[in-house]
Amino acid sequence: MSLVSEGADFGGGVPAAEDLHLAEPSLATVGDYIALMKPRVMSLVVFTALTGLAVAPGTLHPLIGFTALLCVAVGAGAAGCLNMWYDADIDARMTRTMRRPIPAGRVQPGEALAFGLTLAGFAVVVLGLLVNILSAALLAFTIFFYAVVYSMWLKRATPQNIVIGGAAGALPPMIGWAAATGSLSLEPVLLFLIIFLWTPPHFWALALYRADDYARAGVPMLPVVKGDAVTRRQILQYTLVLVPLGVAPWLAGYAGPVYGFTAIVSGILMLVLAWQVFCERRPAERASRHLFAFSILYLFLLFAVLLVEQGWGGLFGRLLA
Amino acid sequence: MDHKRKDDGIVLTEAQKRARRSRSIAIALALGALVILFYVITLVKGPIVLVRPI
Repeated sequence: MSLVSEGADFGGGVPAAEDLHLAEPSLATVGDYIALMKPRVMSLVVFTALTGLAVAPGTLHPLIGFTALLCVAVGAGAAGCLNMWYDADIDARMTRTMRRPIPAGRVQPGEALAFGLTLAGFAVVVLGLLVNILSAALLAFTIFFYAVVYSMWLKRATPQNIVIGGAAGALPPMIGWAAATGSLSLEPVLLFLIIFLWTPPHFWALALYRADDYARAGVPMLPVVKGDAVTRRQILQYTLVLVPLGVAPWLAGYAGPVYGFTAIVSGILMLVLAWQVFCERRPAERASRHLFAFSILYLFLLFAVLLVEQGWGGLFGRLLA
Repeated sequence: MDHKRKDDGIVLTEAQKRARRSRSIAIALALGALVILFYVITLVKGPIVLVRPI
């Protein structure tokens, strides 16, 4: 895969007809490039990074905080773009992803690669120059982990792909914390662990009712390789570890009672839904759809309550009081 | 005729021109925003902007 348009001939001579077709000027719009950045994933990444940044001790100039979040957003977009570049063959075979810009033919793979690398470079360098080196190093590691370790290696190699690869999605709160403080401590590690352990039940719930899609694309997701029963059991096991960990910030004194209450109630709901997925003996479509949808709300609730209750030294709490 | 067609190079369609123009505007806006961001942050940070502890 090269950075220039595939098929472009720089060696002189007359290019073949198919080369001329491939070297045709791009029809990609700004919207296509935004789609390459996976804006929905980006919004969740920015939100968790904002929570990490806001609950960190000390003060941070709002503009520096904004810059940090902007770089995290662009870095996440770069990782998403590189993922779409590498996985274009898989995306073309899956119903859920076949309309993405590369498989749909609106963006050439080389354009996506160049765009992703440029964004990644800008995000890391700007974060390092304007905020601090630690957060920039963490962002660079996150992009590398998602684009190379997860997309290029784990995704096609092992059913544990999203377990290990989940580390990339779990790092943004640590980046936010590092941007605010220039260091790390146990609290951002707890936030990292919550997202890390949330990822398997979340994605395996999706994989249960998209197993045919993944099988057709040759992606060794757990339901494809080990079957439904093993996946349902592992979803329950991970949820059993996740729920107490979700409560841990309150137990450790990092969060207040509202967070504790939210984590317990929503955690019980997660467990009920995971149990329903476990018990469903037919192809677990209905229960797994419910778990997949609720898992997004669960993570959002935990981080939103933490943000409101503890963010900027409890600023929202004081304003509401 | 062949020479003339060669000199014309690649002729963009209207759709391609529109797409290129929208991309060019987006790049210009992004670069302009980056310049403003660096300028304002330099003002906010002051001389400490040159201190780069790891």
